[in-house]
Amino acid sequence: MLSKRLIPWLTAVVMGAAAVMAHAQAAKAPDALIKEVSSDVLDAVKADKSIKQGDVNKVIALVDAKVMPHVNFQRMTASAVGRYWRQATPEQQKRLQDEFKILLVRTYSGALAQVQDQTVELKPMRGSADDKEVIVRTEIKGRGDPVQLDYRLENVGGAWKVYDINVLGVWLVENYRNTFSQEIGANGIDGLIGKLAERNKAAGATKS
Amino acid sequence: MKRLASIGLIVAMLLAFGGCASTTALVKDARGGPGARLDPWENWNRKVFAFNQGLDEKVLKPVATAYAKIVPQFARRSVDNFFANVADAWSAVNNVLQGKPEPALQDVVRVTTNTVFGFLGVLDVASEFGLPHHYEDLGQTLGRWGFGAGAYVVWPVLGPSSVRDSIALPADRGFASPAVFLNNGQWQVGITTLQIVNTRANLLGASQLLDDIALDKYSFMRDAYLQRRRSLVFDGDVPETPQPPDEPASAAPAGGAVAVPDAPASAASGAAPQ
Repeated sequence: MLSKRLIPWLTAVVMGAAAVMAHAQAAKAPDALIKEVSSDVLDAVKADKSIKQGDVNKVIALVDAKVMPHVNFQRMTASAVGRYWRQATPEQQKRLQDEFKILLVRTYSGALAQVQDQTVELKPMRGSADDKEVIVRTEIKGRGDPVQLDYRLENVGGAWKVYDINVLGVWLVENYRNTFSQEIGANGIDGLIGKLAERNKAAGATKS
Repeated sequence: MKRLASIGLIVAMLLAFGGCASTTALVKDARGGPGARLDPWENWNRKVFAFNQGLDEKVLKPVATAYAKIVPQFARRSVDNFFANVADAWSAVNNVLQGKPEPALQDVVRVTTNTVFGFLGVLDVASEFGLPHHYEDLGQTLGRWGFGAGAYVVWPVLGPSSVRDSIALPADRGFASPAVFLNNGQWQVGITTLQIVNTRANLLGASQLLDDIALDKYSFMRDAYLQRRRSLVFDGDVPETPQPPDEPASAAPAGGAVAVPDAPASAASGAAPQ
């Protein structure tokens, strides 16, 4: 059963990118934001053949323009790095963010090719309207089983920003935490940066 | 029938063992702790994992790739549906055990519909009618009943598991496979092989993604497995545990070796299975 849902995983990762994109206006309800943005990006991907063929540069451009404004990527990275984040110099923090971002964006390029006829449906939200942090739950429906895709958002000065994505029950940022601290424990923060860069280079080499 | 009885006996014995295990510190470490605590057998697990990776690379992946290339998609979908139909029957049993009548009924309707109108489950008619899969298994049932996941375990060939899921494994492997209905040993081997190849073929895309995304495949898979299983126990609605602070407060000892960011979360989550 784990396996049956792992293929949709790919698609779901794409939607993760999709759903965090939004129009510029702030203070929209978080679930409405996610819904609108997911649908928009799905449409954009369906319309663009070169993304479906795995054009990495195009994906990066898309993510930079549409998705990143609505992601608190610093918090994402800090959260994955955990308690070592404060020990990192600003320069190290920046490099960690950059490499982590490339790592995540690269996965989209592979996954985007999987988008076909999916739609996004919101599940009922709990919590009150004035919460600072919320979880928005969605389901991606297409052929086969629906894919669970949830988001953690925080309210930053009136705008909702995503800081973790849950695909099929797995919080992505949380999932890196042990690996990151294991690597830092063994080789320090620069060791982790090096490892990320190396992984990004290797993935780039096999893709192109 | 004899076979069913013996499986039942094994399960009962394992349940008893699991009862002991869960009262120990294991249950506290069910999820969220650092690697060392949720994975006390890491050294051994890594060896088995490496063995499994080698086996996959040399045998399973090439076979599954060939299968996906040679067999047309509609045929592969039929094979997939056939296995899923048997899993649905096992899911119905587990929904009953978990006291969830509505999903249990849906599973029963799914199985009967697909078996009768879908040619023994080859066609998934029920999904066309909007009846969802549930995929409950005994591992999830035990979780529902309050068993913590326990330590992470990697089995040769079978892959990631936990103490709890290992206890359920004989039943989950046995009853969720069509092999349970067959008396002929050769047929059992054949159908099990097909099931393994089908599963691996479904995972071809995901394993490529995993290669790209994971810094350390072992720990990435481990953490994903444990998170995923925990989510399944709660049917995707895991109770929120207090988020570990991203930047620990000054209370954390600056030079301390074992400040664990999410220790409070794991303690809280282990204690509250419902």
